[in-house]
Amino acid sequence: MSDPQENTHIDSVGTYVKILLALLVATGVTTAVARVDLGGFSVVVALGIASAKMVLVALFFMHIRHSTKLTRLVVLGGLLWLAILLLLTMTDFASRGILGVPGK
Amino acid sequence: MADHAPTETFALRVQFDTEAQQKDASTLGMWIFLVTEIMFFGGLFAVYTVYRSWYPNVFAIASSSLNEIIGALNTGVLLLSSFTMVMAVRASQLGQQKMIVIFLILTLLFGGIFLGVKAYEWNQKFEEHHIPGQAAFHLDGVLPEGQGHAQLFFSIYFAMTGLHALHMVIGVGILLTLIVQARKGRFSASYYTPVDVAGLYWHFVDIIWIFLFPLLYLIDRHLVK
Repeated sequence: MSDPQENTHIDSVGTYVKILLALLVATGVTTAVARVDLGGFSVVVALGIASAKMVLVALFFMHIRHSTKLTRLVVLGGLLWLAILLLLTMTDFASRGILGVPGK
Repeated sequence: MADHAPTETFALRVQFDTEAQQKDASTLGMWIFLVTEIMFFGGLFAVYTVYRSWYPNVFAIASSSLNEIIGALNTGVLLLSSFTMVMAVRASQLGQQKMIVIFLILTLLFGGIFLGVKAYEWNQKFEEHHIPGQAAFHLDGVLPEGQGHAQLFFSIYFAMTGLHALHMVIGVGILLTLIVQARKGRFSASYYTPVDVAGLYWHFVDIIWIFLFPLLYLIDRHLVK
């Protein structure tokens, strides 16, 4: 424990600059591609780019790359619960009226 | 074990065996808090998903009334603030006292610019009569029976950007506290947990905006142009 930096991973400035540039470029791309007619895919592309940006921020800026397995498990668990919230809500709203049940 | 009790430090409180153990516990605790925040915002994202799936056309028209260039530039400002925040954490890891203060002040500056632009955008909404509940509410290009659905979009817009901005204001308070502490030389390479977990919070708020920007500003813009 004499050297606290022993178990701390310090990323280089260059790494952080590259991540920042990637995030800024992705922001420009998502703004430009929103004007293109991709039909139903435009929301898929927008969320895909946003998710990629989230992964970059979490892995590098939030140091998930160097974090313990327990912390990673907690993060994945949080995302899993968010997915349950959104997906199960939509199974209801997206399927209402399909069977023509009275009082739908 | 008993002999390190009298020499308790910020980096090693009595209840922990090692500094690494204490640090891991702090990081884990912060992440568990952030998971509750994911669920907090998650409810609003669910509301958004339901209403956008019900009224896709009105949401596209309402979304296109927002200025996406200002939104994109503001996203850039927020990403820059995340970069300076992580640089502040890096400066703490290296024990560079002065650089911690400089990067925290830069983060505060970019966060302040973001909030200023947000305030300008909200004010625009008032001038354009795009405030839900306003008697004069009117969104061009939407039929009279769709005006209520347009108000729904703006209700969600204000709720989500408002809750996000509230988190930013809390973040500004945290940054101010950290700047005062950092100037007193409170943080070193062996103890910088407050800077570290405040960084996690700041980046989390950044990630929320990363999703809010395309979901609110960029819905099917090609339909309207």
